[in-house]
Amino acid sequence: MGLPVDSSAKFAEYAHPERLVSTTWLAEHLGDPGLVVVESNEDVLLYSTGHIPGAVHLDWHTDLNDPVSRDYVDGATLATVLGSRGVARESTVVLYGDKNNWWAAYALWVLTLFGHEDVRLLDGGRAAWIAEGREITTEVPTPVPTDYPVVERDDAAIRAFKDEVLDFLGGQLVDVRSAPEYSGERTTMPDYPEEGALRGGHIPGAQSVPWARAANEDGTFRSRAELEAIYQEEKGLYPSQPVIAYCRIGERSSHTWFVLQHLLGFGDVKNYDGSWTEWGNAVRVPIATGNEPGTVPGTASQR
Amino acid sequence: MTSGADLPSAFAAIVDDFQALTEPDRLQLLLEFAESLPELPERYADHPDLLEPVPECQSPVFLTVEVGEQGSADGGASPGPDSPVRVLLTAPRESPTTRGFAAILSDGLAGLTAAEVLAVPDDVSHRLGLDRAVSPLRLRGMAGMLGRIKRQVREQTRAA
Repeated sequence: MGLPVDSSAKFAEYAHPERLVSTTWLAEHLGDPGLVVVESNEDVLLYSTGHIPGAVHLDWHTDLNDPVSRDYVDGATLATVLGSRGVARESTVVLYGDKNNWWAAYALWVLTLFGHEDVRLLDGGRAAWIAEGREITTEVPTPVPTDYPVVERDDAAIRAFKDEVLDFLGGQLVDVRSAPEYSGERTTMPDYPEEGALRGGHIPGAQSVPWARAANEDGTFRSRAELEAIYQEEKGLYPSQPVIAYCRIGERSSHTWFVLQHLLGFGDVKNYDGSWTEWGNAVRVPIATGNEPGTVPGTASQR
Repeated sequence: MTSGADLPSAFAAIVDDFQALTEPDRLQLLLEFAESLPELPERYADHPDLLEPVPECQSPVFLTVEVGEQGSADGGASPGPDSPVRVLLTAPRESPTTRGFAAILSDGLAGLTAAEVLAVPDDVSHRLGLDRAVSPLRLRGMAGMLGRIKRQVREQTRAA
């Protein structure tokens, strides 16, 4: 059985309080059997400079991405990766990382593709733990390897692909990139290649909600009321309707996926990990530029 | 592939050091570079406006390039191809990979002339043997720093 749920009043407001733990909760439970703390950062070296005692490291690039195909690792590779970190199928996995848990949320989303049941985020991530003066160490733990089962990844429920997004045009889309990325304005200088996409702009009809709006200054998530004010009142998204989030390669939108799915309780949330590096390079897909969502082409499918 | 024949000697030595190591040790060496990045001189501490941002990096990285002799009474001769170049870089401690790349550039370009800096191959970031361990995006940040350093060198020598 997993560890107890953090009963903080703030979390109780969320649709799925069991998906978050506070720094206080984690400090109390460090070392408990059945708990594996996992640090996942944008920066591959950051863990080595100091981490929560006992935490293992998981890198989005070398551990979770397939080295050849643009895809996530398969079940056999994931079993090796998690087994070597001492994660069992029934472990409570608490993920945390840099940059408002940006990459930790990405790792959590990938683990969810594999149906790992008990995955949680540390509210505030690495920055909150350090800001509170809690202990960090450079000592790398040597976990007892586990026999993590080979589980087939199930992309159907929470992952969207390009053709699916084309058919979904007119539905609720959330673009979580920065405002200049959304508008399609060029931000690079002459002599420097545009970053990874031949066209700028956004998917027609997509609402712009930069991912970090979901976080407070200190990196913790905003309260449920504040999140509802952004996604539901300001942007008019309906929790009962399907929604697809995207960014550049699907990492920032994992963070928004977490917010919509677990904090606000939207019923059908997918992350389009192909995101702008696929859409902005695809031939003949519709694109809108400027600050408005833009017009959705008359027919849903352009193929 | 590992040849450093077209690299300045200090840079070639850094590339050799990386290539001689296993992948985990290469990351450790990159971390040591990160810890060695010198602080910016005081004259820039109060003048962040003198520093150029590097948006190719996902972390706040700033750099500036000084071409020519600093501190001589008349400002030295007009900067030209033989003028010494001084590269100054800053990157946050929370971004050790980026700091490591900044420190490699700082060390590898130290003491070079403008012409020598411009001759550094643009693909140098791919010669450290880190392409697998460090994502393409992270490596692009290093290429972005080098590209901007070269552009500043070109601008300052052209203005002469």
